[in-house]
Amino acid sequence: MNELQKKNLSNNLLTVTAWVCACLMFFPIFWMVLTSFKTELQAIAVPPKLVFKPTLENFFLIQERTSYTRYAWSSIVTSVGGTLLAMLIAIPAAYAMAFHPGRQTKGILLWMLSTKMLPAVGVLMPVYLICQKFGLLDTKIALVVIFALINLPIIMMMLFNYFREIPGEILEAARMDGATVGREVTQIVMPLSRGGIASTVLLSIVLLWNESFWSLNLTSSDAGTLVALVASFSSPEGLFWAKVSAVSTLACAPIVVLGWLTQKQLVQGLSFGAIK
Amino acid sequence: MIVPLGMTIYFSTIRYQLLYPDRSGFNGWSNYEFFVTDPAFWPAILNTLILVGSVLAITVVFGILFALLLNRPFRGRGLARVMLISPFFIMPTVNALVWKNMMMNPIYGLFAVISGALGLEPIDWLSDYPLASIVIIVSWQWIPFAFLIFLTSLQSQDQEQLEAAVLDGAGSFSRFRHFTLPHLARSIAIVILIQTIFHLAIFAEIFVTTAGGPGNQSTNLAFLIFAQALQGFDVGVASAGGVIAIILANIVAIFLIRIIGKNLAT
Repeated sequence: MNELQKKNLSNNLLTVTAWVCACLMFFPIFWMVLTSFKTELQAIAVPPKLVFKPTLENFFLIQERTSYTRYAWSSIVTSVGGTLLAMLIAIPAAYAMAFHPGRQTKGILLWMLSTKMLPAVGVLMPVYLICQKFGLLDTKIALVVIFALINLPIIMMMLFNYFREIPGEILEAARMDGATVGREVTQIVMPLSRGGIASTVLLSIVLLWNESFWSLNLTSSDAGTLVALVASFSSPEGLFWAKVSAVSTLACAPIVVLGWLTQKQLVQGLSFGAIK
Repeated sequence: MIVPLGMTIYFSTIRYQLLYPDRSGFNGWSNYEFFVTDPAFWPAILNTLILVGSVLAITVVFGILFALLLNRPFRGRGLARVMLISPFFIMPTVNALVWKNMMMNPIYGLFAVISGALGLEPIDWLSDYPLASIVIIVSWQWIPFAFLIFLTSLQSQDQEQLEAAVLDGAGSFSRFRHFTLPHLARSIAIVILIQTIFHLAIFAEIFVTTAGGPGNQSTNLAFLIFAQALQGFDVGVASAGGVIAIILANIVAIFLIRIIGKNLAT
């Protein structure tokens, strides 16, 4: 075997290894989706069935028995609502920090990021009691506000980085032409960083959709999100694997696809901007 | 964030039991004393450390491995990459349920089926090895995170330097040891710091799979505080626990903040 053949062989081996790893990592997800199309008896068959007649029955049953749509609606309202509320605060704030930086700007930003590193459980009691006092336990409003607050630091940091890429001269020119601050933000900064804003919004929705700590602790039946619906299957009665798979597939599919689209932003956002 | 934080610190020093609203007043350090002398406290701290340490080791090793494998051109690389990162977008509760039932169930779970086929005794993962099971579940979810960060970092590596090393006759291992690993050092530090912060507070996975049990074998600090607060209704003691959790996280956060701060300056 000559040098070239050897290299080819090892290259092929590495490729095969890469595919095996990818398949192994993906397997639980594949299995979950597969199970959702089985009947309950097929789902627990030993040995597991790989070939079977797929059924949509579980998806209908879920709909009937658990009012899936209500939980899904909660998830949508709270993750999108939380994101929009946070953007409403973050866009002006990031604008101020990026274009009119003071001496403390960096410190303030770091301080905001550091709150994200606070374990949520550390403030569980106060938040719970505040919600209780204002009658906000198990309401979507409470979740929207909390979601906006917990994601605000990451959103701020990402917007700050995007805004800083806009050349200051453009804004100066606009100011010369008599543009007000409001017009500067809405007609120049926002359109110029459209892509950045869009990916920030997507990332935030992905993170909030999967947020579990506050959803599990602050909601039950009225404002329960999909996270809570899935958790309610943790101590079930009877055969339920196929149904739980169906619920899980429905709950995860949209966000996994969104997640694929936000890979790049994910790295930046979750590393708090330490890696770009 | 300041307001709830202040309230936590305040609550942690007073008597505040939701079941006995008439007891109140300043309590000094006794909430802390109660929390720390709880027989579940030290096991919880130990569990937290084991959990964080093992998950870190697994995710860093596999993250680097996968990143190296995917950092070469081959057909369908995009798809393989998407498959590798998918677990990260799965809801923690779904993740936990899928593993608890379809993988680790001692009768019908895939692991049991496989060990049965091999003629081995099936293992009741969640009752016999609760902590190890949770480590597996959490690692599966977080390997993609480490992988993505390492891959991003590898792609910025200086290729000419590596090629020069090949010409000098350096084997692939020594290239990895002397060029790639030092190049990754910064991202490894970042992955470790960030994951430590998130994993100190792992909650949903435990909540769904073992609820801290059997006994308190898989209770971590976050779950212990939750149990004190919403199951024991003791706000004061739970708040004291919260303050302890915050202090632990802050020790790590200080280092992370430094790295981020440097990055913001440039």
